[in-house]
Amino acid sequence: MNEKKEPILRAENISITFGGLKALDRVSLEINPGEIMAIIGPNGAGKTTMLNIINGFYKPDEGRIIFEGKERPKKMKPNLIAAQGIARTFQNLALFTGMSTLGNIMVGRTMLMHSNIFSQALYWRFSQKEEIEHRAAVERIIDFLQIENIRRTPASMLPYGLRKRVELARALAAEPKLLLLDEPMAGMNLEEKEDIARFVLDANEELGYTIALIEHDMGVVMDICDRIVVLDFGEKIAEGTPDEIKADPKVIKAYLGEAGG
Amino acid sequence: MNELPMTFPKILIHNAERFPPTKAAIREKDYGIWQSYSWQDYLDQTRDFALGLAALGFKKDDKMAIIGDNRPQLYWGMAGCQCLGGVPVPLFQDAIHKELHYIVDHSECKFALAEDQEQTDKFMVLKEEIPRLKYIIYDDPRGLQNYKHDWLIAFTDVQEMGRKFGKENPEYFMNAVNDLKPDDMSIISYTSGTTGNPKGVMLTHRKIAECSRGFLEWDNLDETENVMAYLPMAWIGDHIFSYGQALTSGFTVNCPESTSTTVHDQKEIGPTHIFAPPRIWENILTQIMIKIEDSAWIKRKAFAYFMEVAKRVEKKRIANEPVPLIDNILYKIGDFIVYGPLVDNLGMRKIKVAYTAGEAIGPEIFEFYRSLGINLKQLYGMTESTAYISMQKDGDIDSDSVGPPAPGVEIKISDEGEVLYKSPGNFTGYFKNPEATAETLEDGWLHSGDAGYMTERGHLKIIDRAKDVSKLKDGTMFAPKYIENKLKFSQYIKESVAHGMDRDFVAVFIDIDYGAVANWAERRHIGFTSYTDLAQKPPVYELIKDEILKVNKSLSEDPKLKNSQIKRYLLFHKELNPDDGEITRTRKVRRKFVAEKYGNLIEALYTPDQDSVDMEATFTYEDGRTTTMKANLKVRDVETF
Repeated sequence: MNEKKEPILRAENISITFGGLKALDRVSLEINPGEIMAIIGPNGAGKTTMLNIINGFYKPDEGRIIFEGKERPKKMKPNLIAAQGIARTFQNLALFTGMSTLGNIMVGRTMLMHSNIFSQALYWRFSQKEEIEHRAAVERIIDFLQIENIRRTPASMLPYGLRKRVELARALAAEPKLLLLDEPMAGMNLEEKEDIARFVLDANEELGYTIALIEHDMGVVMDICDRIVVLDFGEKIAEGTPDEIKADPKVIKAYLGEAGG
Repeated sequence: MNELPMTFPKILIHNAERFPPTKAAIREKDYGIWQSYSWQDYLDQTRDFALGLAALGFKKDDKMAIIGDNRPQLYWGMAGCQCLGGVPVPLFQDAIHKELHYIVDHSECKFALAEDQEQTDKFMVLKEEIPRLKYIIYDDPRGLQNYKHDWLIAFTDVQEMGRKFGKENPEYFMNAVNDLKPDDMSIISYTSGTTGNPKGVMLTHRKIAECSRGFLEWDNLDETENVMAYLPMAWIGDHIFSYGQALTSGFTVNCPESTSTTVHDQKEIGPTHIFAPPRIWENILTQIMIKIEDSAWIKRKAFAYFMEVAKRVEKKRIANEPVPLIDNILYKIGDFIVYGPLVDNLGMRKIKVAYTAGEAIGPEIFEFYRSLGINLKQLYGMTESTAYISMQKDGDIDSDSVGPPAPGVEIKISDEGEVLYKSPGNFTGYFKNPEATAETLEDGWLHSGDAGYMTERGHLKIIDRAKDVSKLKDGTMFAPKYIENKLKFSQYIKESVAHGMDRDFVAVFIDIDYGAVANWAERRHIGFTSYTDLAQKPPVYELIKDEILKVNKSLSEDPKLKNSQIKRYLLFHKELNPDDGEITRTRKVRRKFVAEKYGNLIEALYTPDQDSVDMEATFTYEDGRTTTMKANLKVRDVETF
């Protein structure tokens, strides 16, 4: 174990309220480079809110985010945060339904492209070279996720499980330093879940991605994650390895209710 | 004239010399692009791998198991192993542990070449059980980065070792290749067989080379052909086609990107030569019919009309009779609006010759393809004969025979009606199984185990497996496969098992085609949850009944078979599956096994008035786990004509 590495992202005392509702209350967490971290908790615990804060959709009322050792300015736009190297997938799919798998994944490369729109339209020298490089990168991802057979299929024609996979592909295409996955296995059958779990593990082990994910399937979470943070009603109630979390009475209480109550 | 090389390493070296580097020997679609390798690349890759094997201690006559989808690396591995005088043992990639264990152990494999993690995992288990297995070599490193063993090596690392070994031993490769004799064993091909353990058919370099050349000459094929390699490498058909013929002629082999992209990849390549078992032709037909049914009515009408025209025309063409002018004109129109686009869609527009082999094909399926203008022909062969026995000649086609004997082949029919033959491809024996060899090979005559006869035109006609042909109680001849193949013409029927030996009538198990029937049910808003559930829906029984009626009608037209019409049927609760042992990997029904396992179902078919039967079914998953479920199967009657 190579502990005490500088965390890639540190969230300190994050609080946010929606109207009167305190969605997150002084939550702190760290994501270490090279790990798979899970955020779990009952419905409405604030998991997705946390992800939205990490990638900049929401601005926290209090607290600060430190990414790669630098504090994030309060009003940073999500697209700039994405450009820093944070990519994500969504709980409810957000693909371009009219575009093919290839097109959708190519979109994920946008942040990495440098040539301007005019030179792209003319497909000249630099743009041509760049386009080919990016296309090759996309092909490596297609190969990685084994979606060769749907390369040209419009996203709207794909079954749910495959759309999820395409979304993952698009996030990977951005070559993020930190990959956020919001319920990557929601609504999948056992076989599809096993496939995605395999891909998430491979993305971590083989491609070296740092991953933070939200997932409800405890079996999967316990199997693939290095570390787990548990939220309940906007508060962090536990943090630790899967084994520690399994044995934590507060977690059991949050999930199963008060014993004998 | 120079003597043609007779061992595959020499043939490969010869190819590298005679073909320019611009000519593709093998292509593989990778990252969405066709990557091609010239014959020189093929040789270099093979040599490096062979020398790497030598560095690992691979000796002459050592065996190497090969498992995976068709990849250039696996073909190079096969050739590399042969260069050292070794013998490749290709295995079916979907085989379960028990089968693999038997073959790897029986064939005494010391090395294994696996395509990817999935296959490597299988061998890692085997290695613990079979200490003789020394090294596992893998091609695709995906998912294997955490496996650290000194006996588990990447294909490219073996090649790297080979380059080093080659520098230190510059003579080694050519010495090994020159050491190899044409009559040395070149491959052991295990046949699954419908009974007992698999048997290892030993074939030599000379036999594979001669038979491959025989095939090429028969159809005037040369180095300009393009073929798709997508059939299991363990099947002799693929070995002859993607390896034997490819090397002897120098034509180009194309490996699809993945199994699921084969159809699309084939469209891009436009192969000129195809070799496939009937199940592939059946599947393609089913896919076509599903798409046609989903299309607009005008397309459906046009398809139905012009297919009738095509059938009429093909009947005339097969009989070598002139086609009436009006049909000729209609056919041209049909070609423009139906057959042409359809054939193009299948990626078969450039086909010069297509073969169906390995099993009997239903005449209706056969005629369907021919009527589209695809030159589909039948070939009769067995692993034991290097697939070389008889095949149809252009202009002398017959929908229910398998053509005249191939050049150099003698065929005779035994007194019991069994087909015996002497082929230049006849095998040398079963590996470590002299008893079985003695039973099959007598005085140079090979017992095919098939019942058949020679027609007046001098064509061989196969009726069925000799041991399967029997009689109904009233003495009517009962050839189960004949009836099953007729049933399989229906897009809704995937497999079937006909019963009737010593019974009053014929009754069948039917295995619905899940894809086609599910599509049909969806269009009619029939809800279902699973295969079992769908198969037991009354409307599905009605649907299948109509299909059986068509078969009965056609049987009733043949006075000899009139009494073998189907009277009762039941729809099976699961697909027949090689993992469960009901059919072989090449999809031949294991009748005895089915009869024993499903005795109560057969009894129900022959118990008058019994209209359903309870069934406990066991499913085997790919990883060998099993689960049991209970079902109640309906039994229904069909009218006869």
